[in-house]
Amino acid sequence: MAKTQIAMKVNGKAVDALVEPRTLLIHFLREQLNLTGPHIGCDTSHCGACTVDLDGKSVKSCTLFAVQASGGDIRTIEGMAAADGTLHALQEGFREMHGLQCGFCTPGMIVRAWRLLQENPSPSEEEIRFGISGNLCRCTGYQNIVKAIQYAAAKLNGTAFQEAAE
Amino acid sequence: MPVIPGSFAYHRPDSLTQAVALLADLGEEARPLAGGHSLIPMMKLRLATPEHLVDLAGIVDLKGIRTDGSDIVIGAMTTQHELVGSDLVAAKVPILRETSLLIADPQVRYVGTLGGNVANGDPGNDMPAVMLCLGASYDVTGKSGERRIAAREFYQGAYFTALEPGEILTAVRIPVPAAGHGYAYEKLKRKIGDYATAAAAVVLTVSGDTIATCSIGLTNLAETPLWAEEAAKILVGSAPDAATVKKAVAAAEAITAPASDGRGPAHYRTKMAGVMLARALARAQARARA
Repeated sequence: MAKTQIAMKVNGKAVDALVEPRTLLIHFLREQLNLTGPHIGCDTSHCGACTVDLDGKSVKSCTLFAVQASGGDIRTIEGMAAADGTLHALQEGFREMHGLQCGFCTPGMIVRAWRLLQENPSPSEEEIRFGISGNLCRCTGYQNIVKAIQYAAAKLNGTAFQEAAE
Repeated sequence: MPVIPGSFAYHRPDSLTQAVALLADLGEEARPLAGGHSLIPMMKLRLATPEHLVDLAGIVDLKGIRTDGSDIVIGAMTTQHELVGSDLVAAKVPILRETSLLIADPQVRYVGTLGGNVANGDPGNDMPAVMLCLGASYDVTGKSGERRIAAREFYQGAYFTALEPGEILTAVRIPVPAAGHGYAYEKLKRKIGDYATAAAAVVLTVSGDTIATCSIGLTNLAETPLWAEEAAKILVGSAPDAATVKKAVAAAEAITAPASDGRGPAHYRTKMAGVMLARALARAQARARA
């Protein structure tokens, strides 16, 4: 099958490439751009490990063709930290609050939470849980992921982080 | 289990006219692509192997939510996320917002479209029963022109609808329910992202304690969404006591024919349809203002 020319912005950099139309966005990111942060978990649109941000939306990159994202602006976990390596508040939150164990779901969780906090900078615990309901974690039981996001929200808002009593 | 779709040619027209012409030229091996969150998983499993995909994402005319007289008209490519965020939808047809929030998960709602949800003919999709309940109609365009199909006449079997090959569903047209109407969509599901074990949509108006009008739709309880006309008739004109509700629930259960599957045996799903209806009815009544 003939390849199609695509062009998009990924983590602030212009990218253009030739892809087969059937190439999924996750395969394009991982195999052609070597961005292996977004993970392939279930490959059936359920787990959210492949989540990236596309034009202001959290999307499952296993359920989009790369050609559909042509012209778009993509952010992956690789684009979260500052150029000098300073962690994003969410990355710091996941480290400080032990929001990960095996780490497999973490790139999708952080990229999803990044969009959630832009839409709702001060989410309640319930709103966080609903907001990340498209991302599965099999290690943590979510408790520390919620805390990590609360930590990041507080830091981004310049308010004090109050750890919820358990 | 293959997870790489078969090969296809990709087309991205920027007008409806172009899209219709492409589908007509390419014939039955071409499929329109909306959000793709039903089609792409099917393609990954090779259960769908279209040779051409005509992506509707570049057609601006298929976007947007507007009022037209006493109707709300929603472009087919409007996403569930956009429905959730629409003040117009929240004010005029709030059952759409309630239903959208019960579809799949946040990522899917950013991409999944109303048009795809209603056009695909998947009995598990939530919006079709809501459209039956609301008396919506669908605007479609094909090579022989435009036509309007009532949602209540659209669904013929699982994945089998009144759409002709090459036709594109362009908009959903909903008569705005009366001000003060009560509504509810009750969905039983095993987890976030699942299709309904059973679900019920209710829209009603009241006059005092009496139900003046009532319409009921049921999701994933047969090969097609169901419009529970008899159940609604039993309720209209009553200030329903427990016995009347029981009679209406029985009438709704009687038209279901669910499959026995991972969501439970058929008789359980039928009973859950009744439970969802009773809950939706109670919530709709509580929300209605005379």
